[in-house]
Amino acid sequence: MSNFEERVKKIIIEQLGVKEEEVKNAASFVDDLGADSLDTVELVMALEEEFDTDIPDDEAEKITTVQAAIDYVVSSAE
Amino acid sequence: MANNRRVVITGLGIVSPVGNTIATSWEAIKSGTSGIENIEHFDTTNFSTKFAGLVNDFDAEAVGINRKDCRKMDLFIQYGIVAAEQALKDSGLVITEQNATRVGTAIGSGIGGLGLIEQNVHNFAKGGARKVSPFFVPSTIVNMVAGHVSIRNNLKGPNIAIATACTSGTHCIGQSARMIAYGDADVMVAGGAEKGSTEMGMAGFGAAKALSTRNDEPQRASRPWDKDRDGFVLGDGAGVLVMEEYEHAVARGATIYAELVGFGMSGDAFHMTSPPEDGAGAALSMNNAIADAGITADQVGYVNAHGTSTHAGDNAETAAVKSVFGDHAYKLAVSSTKSMTGHLLGAAGAIEAIFTILALKDQILPPTINLDNPSEGCDLDYVTDGARPVSMEYALSNSFGFGGTNGSLLFKKAD
Repeated sequence: MSNFEERVKKIIIEQLGVKEEEVKNAASFVDDLGADSLDTVELVMALEEEFDTDIPDDEAEKITTVQAAIDYVVSSAE
Repeated sequence: MANNRRVVITGLGIVSPVGNTIATSWEAIKSGTSGIENIEHFDTTNFSTKFAGLVNDFDAEAVGINRKDCRKMDLFIQYGIVAAEQALKDSGLVITEQNATRVGTAIGSGIGGLGLIEQNVHNFAKGGARKVSPFFVPSTIVNMVAGHVSIRNNLKGPNIAIATACTSGTHCIGQSARMIAYGDADVMVAGGAEKGSTEMGMAGFGAAKALSTRNDEPQRASRPWDKDRDGFVLGDGAGVLVMEEYEHAVARGATIYAELVGFGMSGDAFHMTSPPEDGAGAALSMNNAIADAGITADQVGYVNAHGTSTHAGDNAETAAVKSVFGDHAYKLAVSSTKSMTGHLLGAAGAIEAIFTILALKDQILPPTINLDNPSEGCDLDYVTDGARPVSMEYALSNSFGFGGTNGSLLFKKAD
């Protein structure tokens, strides 16, 4: 679990060019981390690449916060 | 220009194989230093040409393009933005809500974001449409230097990007002058940007047999008018000018580098990649610029040639200079700074406009290097013995591109 969280946060830091301390679990990509709609599409692609999975569009739309990304990755790994 | 609104140059910026500032680049050109080197950023084993004019020590973050932004911009865009920021800073122009609508930008590219096109095609081949970046299009299209420069600096005037192969930079500068003269804008940030030294760029120009293959002596490969020349050397970078209506520049106390007094264009109507032997299209372009300026040909002291180091091109341009200038062709100086920078395609006309402007300002002729044995018929003064002082009032800069697209800029020394 903590390993997933770390890997997700690392991707977010890299993709959105934000600082580690800004990536709180409750943070919203658009409202708190300065992402636009295209950034979030690319972020989902980076998560797919990292975790070697395909995230369907209707699921991807729900991944709007750091916690949502962690939850999705954890649940899809189970 | 035909209109009575005069156009002057008040800011310069450059990213190039010979330096990433105006001062370092101009010093390198004056001292005849080559910026050509072996390509290390991909495996060139199976490439016929293994070298190019590369940009070194490039720092996009210095102008505030962070890592996240970089991923959304091909390198040609980053080069263009950095050159534009330098030029704007150099001009001292402050963009306000009052003047923003009167300041525009025209920065073109011959090819655009080839590197990221390649990367996205690769991702597509591996994983299909879902693996194509949402930034694929905006990170690669030709007009995105102008887009970003406008967004970053709040430039709300004309926003265009001309893509006419190796004449893109020259056409952007010339058309910007027209827009200022006509009254569409008071200031234009104009030039060109290119990053063609990618795998497909090197493979494509190599397949067309356009590139020098002098792999054992890269710095001797770009040798315009020399009998042993064997093609051009690709170069990367960007050049940007701040161009301004004369009274506007004077009113704010701007430093004026030079005046753009003439712009000419033409089409060869001949062949996709080769000029006619007599250089008729090139001559028409130069004649149009001279006529636009309302001067006589014998007033021109220097021609910064297109001079790419190709067999057909160098001979045709020499023939064109002879037909335009007659006896005066043997009195004026002609040089090719591409002998040092390589050929920056859509940025070539922009960096060469800069060198032409600095030649006028400093009254120094930039040299042609590597011209050891002139080819038959190439008997002009190509400034082969290093930079030299000169007294001149007018200088021309030529660009000719695939498709037979020609452009000539005629600059005048500042009053």
